[in-house]
Amino acid sequence: MNTTPKRRWPVIAGSVTAAALILTGCSAGGGESSDAKTITWLVDNTENTITYAEKLAEDFNAANPDIKVEIETRPQGGDGDNIVKTKLATGDMADVFSYNTGSLFQQINPEQNLVPLTSEPYMDNVLDSYKPVVTSGSEVYGVPVGTGSAGGVMYNKKVYEQLGLSVPKTWDEFMENSRKIKDAGIDPIIQTYQTTWTSQLFVLGDFANVAAANPTFAEDYTANKVKYATDPAAIKGFEHQEEAFKAGLFNEDFASATYAQGLEKLVNGEGAHYPILSFALPEIQVSYPDKINDLGIFPLPSDDASKNPLTVWLPGGVYLPKSTQNVEEAKKFLAFIASKEGCDSQTEAVGANGPYLVEGCDLPDDVPAAVKDMLPFFEDESKNSPALEFLSPVKGPALEQITVEVGSGIRSAKDGAALYDEDVKKQAQQLNLPGWN
Amino acid sequence: MTTNTTVAAPAGRTLTAAAPKRRQRKSSYPYWFYLPAALVYTTLFLVPTFASFFFSFTRWNLTEFTWIGMDNFVQFFSEPALLKGLTNTFIYGVVTSTLKVVLGMLLAVLLTSQIIARGYLRSVIFFPVLLSSIGVGIVFTVLMDPSRGMINEALAVVGIEGPKWLTDPAWALMSVAFVDVWKGVGLATVIFIAGIVSIPQEYFEAAKVDGASSFKSFWNITVPLARPATATVIILSLIGGLRSFDLIWAMTKGGPGFTSDVIASVIYKQYQAGFYGLSTAGNVVLFLIVTAVIVPLSMILNRKEVEA
Repeated sequence: MNTTPKRRWPVIAGSVTAAALILTGCSAGGGESSDAKTITWLVDNTENTITYAEKLAEDFNAANPDIKVEIETRPQGGDGDNIVKTKLATGDMADVFSYNTGSLFQQINPEQNLVPLTSEPYMDNVLDSYKPVVTSGSEVYGVPVGTGSAGGVMYNKKVYEQLGLSVPKTWDEFMENSRKIKDAGIDPIIQTYQTTWTSQLFVLGDFANVAAANPTFAEDYTANKVKYATDPAAIKGFEHQEEAFKAGLFNEDFASATYAQGLEKLVNGEGAHYPILSFALPEIQVSYPDKINDLGIFPLPSDDASKNPLTVWLPGGVYLPKSTQNVEEAKKFLAFIASKEGCDSQTEAVGANGPYLVEGCDLPDDVPAAVKDMLPFFEDESKNSPALEFLSPVKGPALEQITVEVGSGIRSAKDGAALYDEDVKKQAQQLNLPGWN
Repeated sequence: MTTNTTVAAPAGRTLTAAAPKRRQRKSSYPYWFYLPAALVYTTLFLVPTFASFFFSFTRWNLTEFTWIGMDNFVQFFSEPALLKGLTNTFIYGVVTSTLKVVLGMLLAVLLTSQIIARGYLRSVIFFPVLLSSIGVGIVFTVLMDPSRGMINEALAVVGIEGPKWLTDPAWALMSVAFVDVWKGVGLATVIFIAGIVSIPQEYFEAAKVDGASSFKSFWNITVPLARPATATVIILSLIGGLRSFDLIWAMTKGGPGFTSDVIASVIYKQYQAGFYGLSTAGNVVLFLIVTAVIVPLSMILNRKEVEA
């Protein structure tokens, strides 16, 4: 009896090994080619992302029959950030993964965790305007997936037509239009504070105006030399939100409405303006396909009609973690994503919702009207600026609560801006940035 | 939340009562029998507790940390949301535990009297305790919607314009507190029922013979003799109220803005933002505050119980 447990171990180990061998034999035999390799790709779990990711994987496999791409998903937002950070820290990351660019990219320790791609031939395809947001130190670490998008005022063109309005170039014109819309019995500005992030657009979407007034703002902001509360251009975003609330231009249920309800109001013409990200377009296309061309987009206006630039959001990146075993195959896949074929396969899957940041990628003629509105701003560099989060790693986590308060009249614009300046201090200290201690 | 702590307080009392006995009788088990329990307790409780005391003095990103002394605590106390959170925590704790004591006592008196369907009513009152806080929070968020919610629609029928429960800064915290009371009063009632049932019937009979009204016998017999139950309910609901988080997070996420933030939701938001050292410091502060409130309170309540 005593000896049996000791003898059992080799038997178990042996059978496990045998089973493993049989299993691997099976899977290799079952594939199309005898030496097909599988790489994994971790993406977020929005329907839009999964749809284009699966299409990319399929088309890549058609071009490279010996490599299969398997999609893994993770949640979005704070939970997703934690998963990515933990997987990187434990060496458990997929072979390639999608993640944000800009300030969130800086937080995952690129130099320690990622394989630099600076000298890869396909990096020549990536537009230069994209590279800074996936660069840490002197190396570039990612290729773009998805399209650029904008943060501005999405508006209902039918309402504008009916009331004979034209797109405003200044804040005063915008308020003037809004008052006319209100007189016509339509909600001029949609706000949806139940989905708190949507409250930030007055501030985040105004950044191109800040950058136009003060071209070194982002740099000085990272170095703790300028503040939202004291910079006359930067505080405008908060002030505009306060002004619009005080003028009673929001929908009545702004405090309890959700993002989905906001889109519904806009599409149905119950509301005329909705300051939001153009990420909303694919969602509208799915839910209200016949009304997508009723919508347009214009930049959040400033006081200066001559500039009127658009704040743009750059697409996420696909990165190669150091922990991967399949570097060659993964690099082939990155090359496919950063090619014309890659863009085409994304367009085929979800349509084009903005310009790609890869050389040679053209948009089809039938893009939604709002995308057509955006394109002129993207083409002329003086007419756009990336949002602050792509230019500076400093971003405070409480902005959405602060803008809810400013937009509900709980806190004044000046107070809100000062509170946000306090909030970003923690992020800067956590990242050990010089000038903040 | 309250259910977690149910065991702790009564167990504490039995321990003090049993203490003198233990000294006299030698345990029949060897000391190494303690080992498995000690091991579990050490790895799951002691180590994390002391680790969190340590990390509260650092700036920490899960892989590396820098020692920054008291900076986290300075930062935590200069947090603008914190003052609001602190006052809200106390308001919430006091409001919920007062209402639970008063309503729980009244319901317990009702449910120990001779009424029809007593057993059924007892289970109805207790039922919300069994529900998940998140589920309750989501359901009430829908019910309390200012324009489409069932509560305000019902009020509109009788001609009252209901407040904007969760989106009006003046109402948000109170609305959540009411839901907390709805959900937690069943537990308080059960504790009070146990306390009232254990009062010997002779007192009530004697009072009746002396001609006491039912209000008098409630005030002069039930209330003082149910004191142990009252103490337990106060302590449990106050602990639950001070560290309440789940209902608030499910219903308002501390909003609108920061107006219904409590300490626990402030800490959670800091954790979400990746400020691990800072949020650990917040937890240490919360631990100290709860201890500073509960320890003296439970000493006072239990001492009076002994004197009585």
